[in-house]
Amino acid sequence: MRRTFLIGFVLVLALLPQLPVPEFWITQANYIGLYTLVVTGLVLLTGIAGLTSFGQAAFVGLGAYTAAYLTLTHGVSPWLTVWAGLAFTFVAALVLGWITLRMSGHYLPLATIAWGLSLYYLLGNIDALGKYDGLLGVPALRFFGIELNTGRSFFYLLWTIVVLAALAANNLLDSRAGRALRAVKGGSTMAEAMGVNSFRTKVTAFVLAALLASISGWLFAHFQRTVNPTPFGLNMGIEYLFMAVLGGVGHVWGALMGASVVVILKDQLQVLLPKLLGGSGNYEIIVFGILLVLVLQYARDGLWAFIEARLPRVQRKVDWADAPALAERARPPHGEVVLDLKDARKEFGGLVAVNDVSFQVRAGEILGLIGPNGAGKSTTFNLVTGVLPATRGSITLLGERIDALSSRAIASRGVSRTFQHVKMIPGMTVLENVALGAHLRGSRGVAAAMLRLDRAEERRLLKEAEKQLRRIGMQGSMHELAGNLALGPQRLMEIARALCADPTLLLLDEPAAGLRLKEKQALADVLRQLRDEGIAILLVEHDMDLVMGLVDRIVVMEFGTKLIEGTPEEVQASPAVRAAYLGTEH
Amino acid sequence: MDFSIASILMLDGATNGAIYALLALATVLVFAITRVIFIPQGEFVTFGALTLALLQMGKVPGTVWLLLALALLAAAQDVAGALKRGLPLDRTLRSAAATLAVPIIVAALAWWAAPLKLPLVFQSLLTLAIVTPLGPLVYRLAYEKLADATVLVLLIVSVGTHFALTGLGLVFFGAEGFRNPSFWDARFNAGALSLSGQALIIFGVSIALILALFLFFERSLRGKALRATAVNRLGARLMGISTTGAGRLSFGLAAFMGALSGLLIGPTTTLFYDSGFLIGLKGFVAAIFGGLASYPAAAVGALFVGLLESFGSFYASAFKEVIVFTVIIPVLLWRSFQHGHDDEEE
Repeated sequence: MRRTFLIGFVLVLALLPQLPVPEFWITQANYIGLYTLVVTGLVLLTGIAGLTSFGQAAFVGLGAYTAAYLTLTHGVSPWLTVWAGLAFTFVAALVLGWITLRMSGHYLPLATIAWGLSLYYLLGNIDALGKYDGLLGVPALRFFGIELNTGRSFFYLLWTIVVLAALAANNLLDSRAGRALRAVKGGSTMAEAMGVNSFRTKVTAFVLAALLASISGWLFAHFQRTVNPTPFGLNMGIEYLFMAVLGGVGHVWGALMGASVVVILKDQLQVLLPKLLGGSGNYEIIVFGILLVLVLQYARDGLWAFIEARLPRVQRKVDWADAPALAERARPPHGEVVLDLKDARKEFGGLVAVNDVSFQVRAGEILGLIGPNGAGKSTTFNLVTGVLPATRGSITLLGERIDALSSRAIASRGVSRTFQHVKMIPGMTVLENVALGAHLRGSRGVAAAMLRLDRAEERRLLKEAEKQLRRIGMQGSMHELAGNLALGPQRLMEIARALCADPTLLLLDEPAAGLRLKEKQALADVLRQLRDEGIAILLVEHDMDLVMGLVDRIVVMEFGTKLIEGTPEEVQASPAVRAAYLGTEH
Repeated sequence: MDFSIASILMLDGATNGAIYALLALATVLVFAITRVIFIPQGEFVTFGALTLALLQMGKVPGTVWLLLALALLAAAQDVAGALKRGLPLDRTLRSAAATLAVPIIVAALAWWAAPLKLPLVFQSLLTLAIVTPLGPLVYRLAYEKLADATVLVLLIVSVGTHFALTGLGLVFFGAEGFRNPSFWDARFNAGALSLSGQALIIFGVSIALILALFLFFERSLRGKALRATAVNRLGARLMGISTTGAGRLSFGLAAFMGALSGLLIGPTTTLFYDSGFLIGLKGFVAAIFGGLASYPAAAVGALFVGLLESFGSFYASAFKEVIVFTVIIPVLLWRSFQHGHDDEEE
């Protein structure tokens, strides 16, 4: 169905210029194509990576001006200027992204507003670029001797590029790099714990969106045959975002939808509104502005979501059965010390959350970390996984100090975790969420994903994900959207995701919360099996039945301090532990 | 450049800087309380200045119609919401009447006063009365439903609101620019330096307003409630502070400060329907100096932006906007190295 849809769409595109439609329609279709290219980039940036930019028009301008200037004054072939434009855009986007993406998500859009304004005034004031009049007489493109100087001939080149870009974007979303892009949306803790370089991923998304805009600019220059600063100003930058939001930022085809609706609507409004309001001017921005607010209030997923809901959901074809298994890490022998905390300490201002705590976890052992709420268990977790830096003390993994390392570096050394509050990507399937855990076991990047050169590796990653889901007893729901799962299965999914990383040390933060009795027993069986395979497990859990029957040793914490360490029997017998949990008699 | 030119540029920059400071403070205020990055701040500046300009010409400005329309929409939205939830009718109608009362009184006043061409001071007060209530109404219609959305979504809403208000500005005021008469025509000369009465008023009003805000936040219960909302929305709500009310109040303050800024700069420069955007954004650049969080840093940033602009226009007048808006990049760089990572949201 989806494939027929796509083929039908391409056929319509191929036939349209051959039909006796008015030239005006062809022109409109060309503008739709030019805008779709830019908005596709915004979809990747906004809907997928959770960032946004109001400066895409400026990147279009960078591509357009580079093309126009180089062909007009230096006679460079347009087939070379496109690369020059891309190179310029790459550098500009890299610098902007590198500066702003270290900080909260809203600094990037602010910086892009400033950048969009600056570039507009810059272009309008440089003599060599014709100031506000711009550059005139840009030659038409020539393609193997055919001059693309009519709307109809240009249409084919443009729409070939648009369709290819949309396919590449869709390919990207269904890949290791695409999962990483989705993972950085809404915070970087989970992404980093999976070994995703979240900063680099965000910069990549921003640069990618800018490059698509730049190509659109190059086409724009040779379509309009003239460039001036107006179409590259901030207003246009905002309009691009409007198209993305209206069409639906979560879907690549939403870009096409948004661009089409806005182009057609704008044309209608430009005729209608001046009649209605008298005078002249770009009154359509009133309607666009109000519509933008209404879409966000009432239909946050955009127009495409309505179509998407009516299309059948395609289940991923299981094509990885014969894929070779991923390489596994050498496991330390049973009994070897994997994790060693020595006087680890964490202070928040005057509060000591973890007070000189020491303990060891060995390969083939489950260590339970228990204590009342606020005892510092989760903070201890965060120290071990590098989410928080320790104030003092040392944390060693297999003889290597890790307390100064980043969360990602620690993950790459074989430390895997789950979260107390489930952190997942609700819009991806269970299988894809779990495959994110194997991020560090693959290496193919954005370009390979777009060109589908990553399929061999992708099959291996998905095979591993299925294997871990099977182990945890969830293979039945692997094609479901993760967001549709109940809390218990979501927690199990996180464990499968952690296992996908082939961990030496597994940290589980309240894995049994929300599970039913049967599920708890199944979980305990899985954990025993993992222990027997030689994995070291650190378990924070409140369900004492589960803890006492499962773990080898227990560390009890209270108010940030280690109270006692021993076997379950020793801990159960300890009066100090009873006092901590139940209070003392006075 | 000699000393006298430098001092003229400094005075000029400081005057504009005082205006930017007001706008920067409003930006920080709105962001702290509602997490809204308030791009349309500048529209209130133009609305203020141009509403006064039309009153000067004896016309009823379009902002009056906007005020009535928004109030009607807000009241209708409230009534519809109340009916849906099955609240008693008389209470619903009373609250709708409360929403409509001030706008109707202000509109009637404007209707009566416009052709009379009353003194400038009265017209200025009327302008403030017209533009200030627009703030809470814009908040109710555009943002309130999305109060718990991410900063990013709120920012996109801001941009949409900016588009709509700019377009309406064109409808109300036309494409021509206006320059308002000075509030005080006096000139004071000290050597080469010439200080206009208007500049003195700008300084005086800005400083007075900043002091008033300081007292409001430090001394009044209402102000403390706003601060509490800024620190922790949920916590404030549990203490019985209405975060909705806080949002409306902060937008009211922002609209008031915007309109006041418009009145203050109206006599010093020609303003067009879309001039406010750039002016507001300069306040914004200033606010970013303090990371959208610190009031004093925003004020210092505003002074810096004003000076940068006046010296920039002396050395390279065509590029003054480029200079002002490009400075945001090194500022962000500096902040990113100072504060490092800070990106855990929702």
